Amino acid sequence: MEAIYKHPKSLVPVQTKYCPGCGHGVIHRIISELIDEMGLQGRSIITNPVGCSIWADLYFDFDSVQPPHGRTPAAATGIKRMLPDHLVICYQGDGDLAAIGTAEIIHAANRGEKFTTIFVNNAIYGMTGGQMAPTTLIGQKAATAPDGRDAEGEAGMGFPIKVCELLATLGGTKYLARGSVNNAVNARKTKGYIKKALEAQMRGEGFSLVEVLSACPTNWSMKPMESVEWLEQNMIPFYPLGEIKNTLAEVSK
Amino acid sequence: MAFKGRVEIDRERCKGCLLCVRACPTKVLAVSDTANSWGYYPAVQVAEDKCIACGNCYVVCPDVAITVYKLEGGSNA
Amino acid sequence: MPEEKKLMKGNEAIAEAALRAGCRAYFGYPITPQSEIPAYMARHMLDRGRVFIQAESETAAINMVYGAASTGARAMTSSSSPGVSLKQEGISYLCGADLPCVVINVQRSGPGLGGISPGQGDYFQSTRGGGHGDYYHLVLAPKSVQEAADLTYEAFALADKWRMPVMVLADGLIGQMMEGVVLPAELEISRLPVKPWAVGGQAASGRANNHVTSINLVPDELEAKVRERYRRYDEIRDAETRHEEINVEEADLILVGYGTSSRVAQGAMDLARAEGLKLGLFRPITLWPFPEARLAELAAKGKKFLVVEMSMGQMVEDVRLAADGKAEVHFFGRCGGNIPNEDEVLAAAKDVLAGRSTPFGRRPRGKR
Repeated sequence: MEAIYKHPKSLVPVQTKYCPGCGHGVIHRIISELIDEMGLQGRSIITNPVGCSIWADLYFDFDSVQPPHGRTPAAATGIKRMLPDHLVICYQGDGDLAAIGTAEIIHAANRGEKFTTIFVNNAIYGMTGGQMAPTTLIGQKAATAPDGRDAEGEAGMGFPIKVCELLATLGGTKYLARGSVNNAVNARKTKGYIKKALEAQMRGEGFSLVEVLSACPTNWSMKPMESVEWLEQNMIPFYPLGEIKNTLAEVSK
Repeated sequence: MAFKGRVEIDRERCKGCLLCVRACPTKVLAVSDTANSWGYYPAVQVAEDKCIACGNCYVVCPDVAITVYKLEGGSNA
Repeated sequence: MPEEKKLMKGNEAIAEAALRAGCRAYFGYPITPQSEIPAYMARHMLDRGRVFIQAESETAAINMVYGAASTGARAMTSSSSPGVSLKQEGISYLCGADLPCVVINVQRSGPGLGGISPGQGDYFQSTRGGGHGDYYHLVLAPKSVQEAADLTYEAFALADKWRMPVMVLADGLIGQMMEGVVLPAELEISRLPVKPWAVGGQAASGRANNHVTSINLVPDELEAKVRERYRRYDEIRDAETRHEEINVEEADLILVGYGTSSRVAQGAMDLARAEGLKLGLFRPITLWPFPEARLAELAAKGKKFLVVEMSMGQMVEDVRLAADGKAEVHFFGRCGGNIPNEDEVLAAAKDVLAGRSTPFGRRPRGKR
């Protein structure tokens, strides 16, 4: 009897603080599996952002750096420029990346920085209790949009942002993909995208980013099984899955 | 031809999200009727003979609470 | 072989001194009156195998420093007053994570966008911990191009020794003027000590994980960490406090100033001596830790103080605290980008000696 799917070595074997059904757990596991497969545990650094994944440093069994909110790509820039042979993962949520950190991600991407960004998009602010995010869908309710996101009406909340498509216009971006962890098929494809991105990084190519759609059962006020259905029916039609941009050198494609 | 498999679910790591129950194509898993020490009702293997070691449960589990084993020389064809 | 003296602009001397101190990473943004620093770094860092990035903002720059510093590299950023305001969050995080780095502030006048001429209105921001939370960091105040180069060079070693940001607080005059400077010898980066707390190189050393972070949600643990940091601040006060004093023992009135103000005050002191008036000069070089002990001694001896600043009065509060009610502390300041001249400082000193001046704290603030 052979264990064919088991706990990755570079993931700490403890119960996480993440809510039941939270996508962070799946994404953490995917990253750890890849780091094990690529033999990079002793040469990996993760920047854990402000947001629910502030706790990521408890779960990845390697070095970490925790920057101020939104500044994660700037800190990752400093780290990767000093340690170009290390695997640097810039892990961010939708507030960190697309609200307070909009300038930092655009310019890191534009400079073609060689770290990989994992952008966890759950269309809400988790840690602070369910406020509207830049990626909250029109009509979706949130603590600061109690009647639902109203893009152009009196409240003037603006539109949800498609980060991959936005960054695709920048010359420095080489690989931008959007995956999801709402079911097994999508989670497996997402691992494929992240693998391409990490391998590109280790070959010295960048900027790479994988956006991962994730459920937030707690702040969507749903049970986990409902939340992954909601994600499939509402988020995927708006945020299309797949490789949004791939201009990696031929060998990496 | 599919494999034969079995899963082990760490009762204390599981948070009872039941995404594995949803993901399993052969209905091997269900929710337990006893809570763990955290108060969660974990998922449990209820039909081991149906397991085809596809790994879907492992892939969707946010808590990496599941280990999937492939059994020797069997098939569920 | 001793280096020959060169005529250099203050900003460029600061930049070159940083390179020679082993600065591996510089991240900056243009802002008058310090834009020569990023320009110099852009020209000289790549050839010497270092990293230069013109960041998208001063905020991004300090956070790039945070990342580079976490790997143990010597890293620096520079800006002027409004840009240093943007860095305060990053500085709080650097202090909370005990990371070394160097921050150059070439002060201009404020508040807000203010003017581009020199000022000293960032004293509070620099010495009171301008960002949120309980912290301090070393603040060094040069008065000349030579001292700006020397203190910048030394700042990296102090930052590494005490695991904190070290700020070099200059002003637009020092940044822009040209004076003779003998630059320090270039350090060999590979000979700098390895930092056991830094991230990176884990496979080679086999050590446990390093987590650079400032969060702690357990009050007792966070309090213990902050108190331990303050014990380090006590050690820094004992080991690193610096000032310069001229003629203070025989003086009736001691002029107190730092940076450009101290040079003007020194000029006024020389003019006064020619007229037979006994003025002295006390020049703090570390603004944090502030040389309060020596000032307290002088206050107890019955000296009067006239604090001269290019602001509405910031360091003067520290002088009052040090004097602890035992001495009169008077103030003369210009702001808006105006630099006091020796004649007006001398006139203010004469007012104090003649009893025509109201001590700071009892006089209306808006009066010149």
